[in-house]
Amino acid sequence: MARKNIIPFGPQHPVLPEPIHFDLVTEDEKVVDALPSISYVHRGLERLVEKRDFVDMVHVADRICGLCSFMHCLGYCQAVEAIMKIEVPERALYLRSIWAELSRVHSHIFWFGAAADAFGFESLFMQSLRLRETVLDIFEETTGGRVILGVCKVGGVRRDISTETLKGIVSRLNSLKVQLDELSAVFINDYSIKHRLVGVGYISKEDAYTLGCVGPMARASGLALDMRALGYAAYKYLDVEPMVESAGDCYARCLVRIRETFHSIDLVRQATGKIPEGPVDVKVKGTPNGEYFSRVEQPRGEVIHYVKGNGSKILQRFRVRVPTFSNIPAMIKVLKGSEVADVPNIILTLDPCISCTER
Amino acid sequence: MTKTVTKNLLSGPATLMYPKRKRTFTAITRGRVEVDIDRCIFCGLCSRRCPTYAIKVTKDCKEWQIDRLKCCSCNLCVEICPVKCLSMENQYSPALTLAEKAAAIYTARKVVEASSK
Repeated sequence: MARKNIIPFGPQHPVLPEPIHFDLVTEDEKVVDALPSISYVHRGLERLVEKRDFVDMVHVADRICGLCSFMHCLGYCQAVEAIMKIEVPERALYLRSIWAELSRVHSHIFWFGAAADAFGFESLFMQSLRLRETVLDIFEETTGGRVILGVCKVGGVRRDISTETLKGIVSRLNSLKVQLDELSAVFINDYSIKHRLVGVGYISKEDAYTLGCVGPMARASGLALDMRALGYAAYKYLDVEPMVESAGDCYARCLVRIRETFHSIDLVRQATGKIPEGPVDVKVKGTPNGEYFSRVEQPRGEVIHYVKGNGSKILQRFRVRVPTFSNIPAMIKVLKGSEVADVPNIILTLDPCISCTER
Repeated sequence: MTKTVTKNLLSGPATLMYPKRKRTFTAITRGRVEVDIDRCIFCGLCSRRCPTYAIKVTKDCKEWQIDRLKCCSCNLCVEICPVKCLSMENQYSPALTLAEKAAAIYTARKVVEASSK
């Protein structure tokens, strides 16, 4: 019986762009236990709700995370709108869906890059990030920001997209799709990548369910969990199909993300075909009084925004439950019994977003 | 893979060669807030709307101030301005060190004519 050693992993680690720390208890090359610790970048954004009014808070929600900035904004706005019973115009709902799907595309492409970097395929990382640029340019042209979009507001959106621009977006996404086909073929077929991913980090459907997995992690294990099925924003008018794989390993999670990226591009195409004319926002009167849970599907899974107002301009409570946080128990389960060399891989296939997790 | 390799060899770098070729920003890129001080009526709506409290408007001495390091370029002040004297430029303000922070506060002062004094 080998002696137990503790290997510290993170918060600064070459494969992890974000600070999360694990104490890996190892026996030889096997991980027998993993103790996570977070809160290296806690910023106290939820507490800010006591100092900013509910309109300004949109900008704070926007800044929770860089990759899913728009989804946080959307979740928060939906919650406030539900409390204040605001009917958002249909065009605004469609625009929200388009930006949300574009966010998903760029987040997943970023993940391809990060994952490629984690298993040591650096040129693939560069190819991925070059493709991501297309989406960021679309963001800049339509919203004025590349990362923090700042277009969502309580009662609608702040900018409209003209019909010609929408057509332009679709044609650019089509050419992106061709390039993505080439990129994803590497992920699907490459021998070395398969060697690093197939059978690594397996989690069964039952475990994924009991440990509360969300997003691609749950879908790769065969759970068809997709909050877009709730029909928020314009998803009720679009054909949303959860991408489900059954293998439950790192490779399955990678496949789920690849298929989702293509599906998101398709959803943008659908939305641009169906988008109605009309106003993009309504005037907001009064203050929120009540509470609401808003559930939104982020690239990483389901995010819950809880908002509670007491009739004043300043909200009483704002709470975010992010997908990475609910995936951590499953991550621990997967890490136990894995090889030390596979740890970065396993953590990366979860797509942890620590700045979301700690707010 | 062969296709990607040949394409990369023939097409040159995907990045811009910076000092030679500068990046062009779109017309709506949120860079920095500018004020046309002559049209400003010093109503103070922008400073009240600002989520980061970066703008300070003093009516008495006809002064409009913005702390560039606090400003998050959200465009709210530009949208709310009743006389449309604020505008969002698509270029960033030049970078500053903390030692130069005082210089980051941009002040615009309206020249008061002799007759109105």
